[in-house]
Amino acid sequence: MKPKLQSDYLGLDLKNPVLASASPLTGDLDSLKKLEDAGVGGVVLPSLFEEQVEHDEMETSRLYDYGEANSAEVMGYFPEVEDYRQGPDEYLDLIRKAKSSLSVPVIASLNGHSPGGWSRFAAMMEEAGADALELNVYYVPTDIEMTGEQVEKRMVQLVEEVREVVKLPLTVKVGPFFSSLPHMASRLDFAGADGLVLFNRFLQPDLDLDEMKIVPHLVLSRREEMLLAFRWIAILRDQVSISLCGTSGVHDHLDLARMLLAGADAVALASVLLREGPGHVREILDGLKRWMEEKEYESVEQLKGSFSQANCPDPAAFERGNYMRALTHFTSDWV
Amino acid sequence: MADRFAVIDGNEAAARVAHLTNEVVAIYPITPASPMGEHADAWSAVGRKNLWGQVPDVIEMQSEGGASGAVHGSLQAGALTTTFTASQGLLLMIPNMYKIAGELMPTVFHISARTVATHALSIFGDHSDVMTARGTGWAMLVSAGVQEVHDMALIAQAATLRTRVPFLHVFDGFRTSHEINKVHVLTDEQIRSMIDEKAIHEHRARALNPDAPVLRGSAQNPDVFFQAREACNPYYERCAGVVQEVMDEFAKLTGRSYHLFDYVGAPDAERVVILMGSGIGAAQEAVEALVEQGEKVGLLKVRLYRPLEEELLVDALPKTAKTLCVLDRTKEPGAAGEPLFQDVLTAVHEFWKGEKEPRVIGGRYGLSSKEFTPAMVKGVLDEAKKDDAKRRFTVGIIDDVTHLSLPWDDDFVTEKDDVTRAVFYGLGSDGTVGASKNSVKIIGEETDMYAQGYFVYDSKKAGSVTVSHLRFGPRPIESTYLIRRANFVACHQFNFLEKMDVLETACEGATFLLNSPYGPDEVWDKIPMETQRAIIEKKLKFYVVDGYKVARDAGMGTRINTVMQTCFFALSNILPPDDAIAKIKDAIRKTYGRRGQTVLDRNFAAVDTALASMHQVKVPGEITSDIRRHPGVPDIAPDFVQRVTRMMIEGKGDLLPVSALPVDGTFPTGTTKWEKRSIAQEIPIWDPDICIQCSLCALVCPHAAIRINVWDPKTLEQQPPPTFKSMPWKGKEYPGYQMAVQVAPDDCTGCGACVDVCPAHSKEVAKHKSINMEPQLEHLEEERRNFEFFETIPYLPREEVKLDSIKGSQLAQPLFEFSGACPGCGETPYIKLATQLFGDRMIIANATGCSSIYGGNLPTTPYTVNAEGQGPAWNNSLFEDNAEFGLGMRLAVEAQESFARSLVDRLRGVIGDDLATALLEADQKSEEGIVAQRARVKQLREKLAGSKEKDAADLLAIADSLVRRSVWIIGGDGWAYDIGFGGLDHVLASGRNVNILVLDTEVYSNTGGQASKATPRAAVAKFAAGGKPLGKKDLGMIAMAYGNCYVAQVALGANPNHTIKVMKEAEAFDGPSLIIAYSHCIAHGIDMATAFTHQKEGVKSGFITLYHFNPDEAHHEGAKPFKLDSKKPTMPFEEFAMKEGRFAMLTRSNPDEARRLFALAQSEIEHKYEYYSQLAGLERIVPDDEQQEDAPLDTEDSKV
Repeated sequence: MKPKLQSDYLGLDLKNPVLASASPLTGDLDSLKKLEDAGVGGVVLPSLFEEQVEHDEMETSRLYDYGEANSAEVMGYFPEVEDYRQGPDEYLDLIRKAKSSLSVPVIASLNGHSPGGWSRFAAMMEEAGADALELNVYYVPTDIEMTGEQVEKRMVQLVEEVREVVKLPLTVKVGPFFSSLPHMASRLDFAGADGLVLFNRFLQPDLDLDEMKIVPHLVLSRREEMLLAFRWIAILRDQVSISLCGTSGVHDHLDLARMLLAGADAVALASVLLREGPGHVREILDGLKRWMEEKEYESVEQLKGSFSQANCPDPAAFERGNYMRALTHFTSDWV
Repeated sequence: MADRFAVIDGNEAAARVAHLTNEVVAIYPITPASPMGEHADAWSAVGRKNLWGQVPDVIEMQSEGGASGAVHGSLQAGALTTTFTASQGLLLMIPNMYKIAGELMPTVFHISARTVATHALSIFGDHSDVMTARGTGWAMLVSAGVQEVHDMALIAQAATLRTRVPFLHVFDGFRTSHEINKVHVLTDEQIRSMIDEKAIHEHRARALNPDAPVLRGSAQNPDVFFQAREACNPYYERCAGVVQEVMDEFAKLTGRSYHLFDYVGAPDAERVVILMGSGIGAAQEAVEALVEQGEKVGLLKVRLYRPLEEELLVDALPKTAKTLCVLDRTKEPGAAGEPLFQDVLTAVHEFWKGEKEPRVIGGRYGLSSKEFTPAMVKGVLDEAKKDDAKRRFTVGIIDDVTHLSLPWDDDFVTEKDDVTRAVFYGLGSDGTVGASKNSVKIIGEETDMYAQGYFVYDSKKAGSVTVSHLRFGPRPIESTYLIRRANFVACHQFNFLEKMDVLETACEGATFLLNSPYGPDEVWDKIPMETQRAIIEKKLKFYVVDGYKVARDAGMGTRINTVMQTCFFALSNILPPDDAIAKIKDAIRKTYGRRGQTVLDRNFAAVDTALASMHQVKVPGEITSDIRRHPGVPDIAPDFVQRVTRMMIEGKGDLLPVSALPVDGTFPTGTTKWEKRSIAQEIPIWDPDICIQCSLCALVCPHAAIRINVWDPKTLEQQPPPTFKSMPWKGKEYPGYQMAVQVAPDDCTGCGACVDVCPAHSKEVAKHKSINMEPQLEHLEEERRNFEFFETIPYLPREEVKLDSIKGSQLAQPLFEFSGACPGCGETPYIKLATQLFGDRMIIANATGCSSIYGGNLPTTPYTVNAEGQGPAWNNSLFEDNAEFGLGMRLAVEAQESFARSLVDRLRGVIGDDLATALLEADQKSEEGIVAQRARVKQLREKLAGSKEKDAADLLAIADSLVRRSVWIIGGDGWAYDIGFGGLDHVLASGRNVNILVLDTEVYSNTGGQASKATPRAAVAKFAAGGKPLGKKDLGMIAMAYGNCYVAQVALGANPNHTIKVMKEAEAFDGPSLIIAYSHCIAHGIDMATAFTHQKEGVKSGFITLYHFNPDEAHHEGAKPFKLDSKKPTMPFEEFAMKEGRFAMLTRSNPDEARRLFALAQSEIEHKYEYYSQLAGLERIVPDDEQQEDAPLDTEDSKV
């Protein structure tokens, strides 16, 4: 019997747990179709960044105002056409186009900036037909006065605000930098999130020593990075009821299996697809099927979470720091 | 049907009708008519249709001559066709206009009438252009205000179709073309019902059609030409009658009634003023006020000036008239009188039916938009009372030379108290004009009130001051003059108080709103005593608001427009406060809605917080300030600057009498240095500790506000002030010398270009460079002292400087400084560099455009002189003829040099053989050579001084021509690629030694960024609102085809060494040189602070290609004279393009087209590079004309 790959994620009935994570591949209709053809279970569109929208709107406005009265001969330098795409229009168009051409769920992604912005754009995305919404919470606190509690509160509030205006399934893509991730997960759950995506890989700035300039640096993920999400999914799986999605560093069917065993409802891929092309989804899915057959698993639902912290033979293994050798027991309690 | 209103300006009022009633529109930019073409282009770009459901085809031509040719052809082939122009543009159309009229082709040209350049160019309004078209056979219908422009545009269109006589629809440039006013908008139905479809069909039937072929444009002989010319007479005879019929139909349709001549005033008037155009508004106010006072005066408005129905004109006058005062807005030197005057005189003489023929006197007014007020009209009517009234006069100026001017009394004011009169002082960049326009729209479109806005600008492109004049009232507003008594004055820039008298027009009890960083309790002592005095004496209500803080807090940056507008509405009480706020927000929604929610939210936030930040100032009873308003120029300025320039700088140029001004447009150079504008918020401050003395800061400074000099400390006459910074010169050439990088703090515009290019970073704090922008106020006093001292340090003798290097070039004095160009201008550094390299012997022909405006617009001009009094001599002829103009200069130089040389030879006896030979055989290729020749010429002058020989006198007159001249032809891409290309091509082909510098901004920058043939593919520009579909013309390759022209493309920001070497080489080349200099521009939509380094990306992406072609290297076997100086592109075009608004905008307005054009642009770049690479490897030999011609002359044999 062929193993069943269906997985419930955010209440969406995915035909398999492999999502194409937000990346340039999901920002283009052609490659979205290729992903679907390769069998992907769902797609997460690239994030709409409110800050970018604001910036673009203000820049365009400034451009039209630029030199509006520079001299008696110049009333402005650019012809302001009556109809141009501004702000989120292009993104909403992408949602609509993706929805009308794909049969798999389309998850929109949003990085807000202002309190009102999150809910405003979330509502627009719902209106445009997204199946679910991933909140790409990206906040770098740089102020010495800001406490961890304030950062967390801010995040919880924005989830509440968005929850208030949209009925869509909501998932929150978080980073790993919390003093207590389980507590935070529980707060987000309580605030109305239907799922968590673990973890966001933050773009880290680099220093170009030739140009002597700080430059953005984007590198594809490495396999080792998946272990972070693997651990936390295993820990969270038993304590929160919301959906969990693993991401960052999953490059083959074996790591996919690991994530699912830890308790992930879905696994989102980006780097491997950017490197190997959208068609690589098929190989990963085939690999997963083969592996499940070998291991005689019937379905994804069956194996999901079977190696969560509670379910695995060595729960303490998920709690150890890497400086400590594995504790070997030379005795047992009962013998 | 309910009236629809719109608040629009005259240009839009005309363009709306023109776009609806035509199929083909051929356009070309010229101030003040450009916006008509821009509207037409933008409307067609978004698919707006004409009456017949078609989108008019709007095509930009290479010149107005080209536009009129295209119109002529389109008319001949049967399309409804129009164009818009003014001034020189109209003059270029005249040849075709004769043809179009001769062929009885129906069309309307809409003309925003502008001064024709004579002793000077002027962009402003008068009738000197349209009066030159009197002979063409076109009807001339003249509108007096914005509503009339809208109406007459239709009346002209209807009439031309019915009469077949082509029409010029004329309205006054700026005063009408740029005034915004509340207008009843004609509906499509109204317009349609006026257009005679049958006449259109007849026009089609007359078209050239191979199915019914005819021939037009024959050549005729003496036997028939004359008769054929008279054959059109019946069409002219009935034309005026048809116009009146059309006007009558129009009146029935709209309720607005017009006649060929409309009389207003006393029915028994004895003195009548007659004029046409916008002056009518002022004249009518004066006449009405005088009639109210019981005076027997009247006004005759002339609407149809050609064909002139003389009898109707005379019949429209009251029979009681004793003196007719005819006012012309033009000057025809040497004529019996100006045109309208002569016409009226003739008409009255022929058709007067009253008892005694009235006396006709005539005068000029309002040239170049000179203010024309009711008081001046009264001055004219007062003159008419006199028995010995001047028969020819001027009004509006003080003529103390020929004493033609009439006096007038400025206290004669006709403005009504129920009209709100508000004056706003702002900066071009702070949004004051935009907000004022919005205020007029709000009142005009959202209430029953009428509203008018008119905007005055100074002539600078950096930190330009704008003054907005707004009127609001219960009746249509036709006051066609600036507000003289304001009951509301707003000053949007605090520092204006020290520079100008913003309260000059404030009337007693007026409200004064000041954008002030100081609150109500501290502001009083921060304002100059003159302002305090005005506030106290005029009993002003004084309010302050920190507009910049409110704007900043709302996320609006430095755009204070919304804040100030909200405060204006709150204080002016034109609308109830809540209503005003709601309407401002509606207007914001309308204006900015499409720009996105962020823009709206931030504007709304500014509105919501503005009023809370506005406070009334309790005005003390006495003057307490010790701050004084600055004089326009310092006391040490030369006499002319003190007497004349100063008045212009202080905004009192109107008061200068005729005698103060030169008779032929000749001005001294070097005057910008006296106009200390001090407009920068931040200025660059030098840190010598990390300076590597690269000199890039000075090289790129667009305003020559960063200077570098070196000196021997032992020779200094003055000691530097303690704050003055210097460091030892690092080069070997001047051992023991000190050097300094010095900012001219009052002349810097704060663009930051110098900081951007500075490569020296502090090792401890990476962001700290050797030059850093710091608040101007903190450094002003000390840097003023420093710069004053710096200016006393003499520049090194030119022969001691290695000019063909970055460092060396910057040790030469720039002879182009402190121009009014935009902050960060990409053009001026090239000009400045050229003056450093050759300025002491430059003659410049400058095409009209940005470079002629910042180069030659009064009050002050940037070309200057060195310590010996030498410097560039400059002139601007026209836009189209600049290459020829410069060639003419070259010819004159050569003619005089040749004559001088023969005179030197003839005068050997007086001069002495040695000196004569040295003069004739001087090698002037190097600076040493030139210095030596100058010394010889000096000697020559001394020797000739005592001589009585005629030859000696002749030689003295032209002795300077023995020093090598450097003739430069400078202009923009609009000139070189488009309107002047024919001439440029001819000059290149002439082989003469001229240096052509094309400041290529890839658009018509000066007129606001219209596309030229240099505009690159995918760029959005005016006249290319949908993105330019085709690539840039390759001017360099065209020129290179000649083989005997030096050709180069340079980009100073990308490769400064290349630019300098090319300039030196091009100038040294004994033949035509063409340097195409990539010049970034505000019209690219870029950050001007980083524009020079952005040029590097231009080259990296292959968007800009650097090369040079030197014919001198093409004379030997195996020569490969074309050198490709750019590396293979490594950056995608899109990455470069997305940093420029002109390209990025297309991705918003039309993403699919953007993708297509970006891909084509990329492919074009790759192929062009490949093509250039191949050229660089190709052998090309150009015969050496010099050698072949000169060789025999140089041999001993030839001398025998």
